Amino acid sequence: MGQRLLMKGNEAIAEAAIRAGCFHYFGYPITPQTEIAHYMAKKLPKVGGVFLQAESEIAAVNMVYGAGSTGIRVMTSSSSPGISLKQEGLSYMAGSQVPAVVVNIVRAGPGLGGIQPAQCDYFQACKGGGHGDYRQIVLAPSSVQELYELTVEAFNLADRYRIVVMILGDGILGQMMEVVEFRDKEEIADIEKPWAVTGHGGKRKQNVITSIHLDPAVLEKMNQNLQDKYRLITENECRYELYNSEDAEVFIVAYGTVARIAKSIIEMAKNEGLKVGLIRPITLWPFPQEAFDKVKDRAKAFLTVEMSSGQMIEDVRLAVNGTGPVYFHGRMGGMVPNKFDILAQIKEIYSRHINS
Amino acid sequence: MAIIFQKPKALKDTSMHYCPGCTHGIAHRLVAEAMDELNIEGDTIGIASVGCSYNSYDYFGCDMIQCPHGRAPAVATGVKRSNPDKIVFTYQGDGDLAAIGTAEIIHAAARGENITVIFINNTIYGMTSGQMAPTTLLNQFSTTTPYGRQADLHGFPIKVCEMLATLEGAAYIERVSLHDVKHIRKAKEAVKKAFKVQQQKKGFSLVELLSTCPTNWGLNPVEALNRIRDEMIPNYPLGVFRGESLEV
Amino acid sequence: MAQVTFITDKCKGCALCVHACPKHIIKMNEQSLNEKGYHPAEITDMDKCIGCAFCATICPDCVIIVEK
Repeated sequence: MGQRLLMKGNEAIAEAAIRAGCFHYFGYPITPQTEIAHYMAKKLPKVGGVFLQAESEIAAVNMVYGAGSTGIRVMTSSSSPGISLKQEGLSYMAGSQVPAVVVNIVRAGPGLGGIQPAQCDYFQACKGGGHGDYRQIVLAPSSVQELYELTVEAFNLADRYRIVVMILGDGILGQMMEVVEFRDKEEIADIEKPWAVTGHGGKRKQNVITSIHLDPAVLEKMNQNLQDKYRLITENECRYELYNSEDAEVFIVAYGTVARIAKSIIEMAKNEGLKVGLIRPITLWPFPQEAFDKVKDRAKAFLTVEMSSGQMIEDVRLAVNGTGPVYFHGRMGGMVPNKFDILAQIKEIYSRHINS
Repeated sequence: MAIIFQKPKALKDTSMHYCPGCTHGIAHRLVAEAMDELNIEGDTIGIASVGCSYNSYDYFGCDMIQCPHGRAPAVATGVKRSNPDKIVFTYQGDGDLAAIGTAEIIHAAARGENITVIFINNTIYGMTSGQMAPTTLLNQFSTTTPYGRQADLHGFPIKVCEMLATLEGAAYIERVSLHDVKHIRKAKEAVKKAFKVQQQKKGFSLVELLSTCPTNWGLNPVEALNRIRDEMIPNYPLGVFRGESLEV
Repeated sequence: MAQVTFITDKCKGCALCVHACPKHIIKMNEQSLNEKGYHPAEITDMDKCIGCAFCATICPDCVIIVEK
C-alpha cells in the first residue's frame, strides 16, 4: 500500500507531475486551477526544479516549448480562457513534435464565462484549437486518483510519441478533495531524445526544432509523418471504462465528473429494473471506438451527457455510426447535470425503444 | 601570409537568402564571431523568431529552435531555466520584439533572464514586404503608412533600449549600428560583451543593431547605410543604456 | 602585402565593399554574372591592397577572405 493522502485535485496533478520526473513548470494564475501553480511554487525549488510564473499564458506555453525542446519533462496548466491563449503554442509543439503535458481545468465559457465546472472545451481539446492538421492526446480523469495516475501516464505518452498530452479536467475535479493512493515509485518511460537541442558540443550534428517548411512537398511529408503517428496512437492508446455494461440495453456516454453522476444514476435505475450501462471514454482523443463496438449488439440506445451544448456527442454519433439512436442531455454555464432529470430521460428512452 | 578575415566557423556555408546589402548578414556574422571567439557554439542554443531571419537556423551552426512570432524571449527563458549552463540567445527583428513580442521582452528583462537578445531594428517589417513597425520613424513611408507615419494616426516610434533600461533586471543594454566599418566593429564588441555578460551569469543582455532594409526602403544598399546615419541614429541614439560600468 | 579573395558565386552585387574600400580598388564586374546572376565584386589592383579588411567587414555574405 503506497502513501495515502487526502488531496485537492489540482494538487494531486502537481504532485503526480513531480513524481513523474517533471521538475519544470511554467504557469499563470487563473481560477479554478491556480493551486497547481501554488503547489509547484512550493515544491519544485525543493527538488532542484524550476517554477516560473510567466507574464501570460502565451509566454508560459512558449517557455514550455523552449524547455520541452531541450528534452526535459515540462508542464503548464490553465483553465479555458488561458488554454485558448496557448493554442498557437500547442500547434507549434505539434508541428515540431515537442513533448509536454498541458492541463486544462475547464470552466464555463465562452469568453470570461464563469468559474464553475464545464466540459465545453472538448472541441478545442480534441479537434484542435490551433491551426493545422494536428492532434494531441486528451485524457479525461474522473477522480483525484485518476488525476494522479493519468498525469503520470501523460508524461510517458508525451515522450513516447513526441506529442502534447492534455489532461482535460473541470472545476469540480480540480477543486474537490479525495484520498489518493500513491505508488512508491513511478514507472518513468526511459526514452532517448536524440532530437533535443542541448548544444551539439562539437560531438554531433546541429539539432533544429522547427515547424516551418516552406517547400510544400517537404511540409506534406512532415504532415504525413504526423498522421502516421496519430494512427499509431489511435491503434494503441485508446482507454475507456465500461460500467455495468454486461446486460445493459441503454448506455450513458459520459466522461470526467459527469461519468460519476452517471454511475449513481445507473444504481438508481437498477432499483427500477432498468438495465443502464456506462461508456466512459478516458482518452477523448483518440476516441475509444472499441467501447462502442463491444456493446453495439445489445445497446438499444445511447444517451450522451455533457456539461456543454453537446460536443462529444458528435464523436459518439460517429462511433455508433447509425446502429442506434443517440440522445443528448446537457447543462451549460457551469450548471451540473441533475441525476433525476437524466433518469427521467432514460425512462422515456426505455419506453420508446425497449418497453414498447 | 595568414588569413586575417574569413567566414566564422559558427556560420554555415549556406548562402543567406537576405536581399543584397541587407545588414542581417553582417549581424549574423557578428553573432557567429562571438560564438567562435568565446568558443561556445557547442553549448549554445539559438532561438530564431519570425521575420526575415525566421530560418537563421539554416545559417547558425549551433542548436536552434524556431519559435512563434514575438515569443522568443519566453522560449529562451524556458530553455535557459531548464539548462542554466547553456548559452541561449534570441535573434529578433523590430516587429517581432517591439510589436507582438513586447510583453515577452519586457518581462524577460524584468526577470533578469540570463539570456542574450540580438535585436535587429530596421524600422520596417521586411519579410512581409514593408509594413510599418513599432520603430518606423515619423513620416516614414511603408506599405501600411503609404502617406508617411503620422503620430496622430500611427503613434510614435518605440525606443526599446531606453524602455528596457528602466528595468533593474536588465544587466547590459546597448544600441549599436551597422552603417559603416567603424560602427560594425563597435557592434561586434557589444555583441561579444553581451554573450560574456551571460557567460558570467550577470543577467539579461540585449544589443539593438540599427540595420538596413534596402528593398523595402526603396534605397540601394549604400543609400540605406546612409539612412541609418542620417535619419535613424538621431531618433535612436547609440550607446550603452544599462551596464555601462559592467566588468566582463 | 595583402591578399583578398572573393568567393564570387556568393556575391550579391550589393557593392558595399566598393563603398567601404579606402583604396578604391574594388569594382563590380559588369562583364560577367555569377551563379546567382549578380555582377560580382572584384579587385582591380591587388598591389594597392593594405589588408585593412574593410571590404570583408562590411560584406553581408562572407564573400571576402583577407590574408596579410
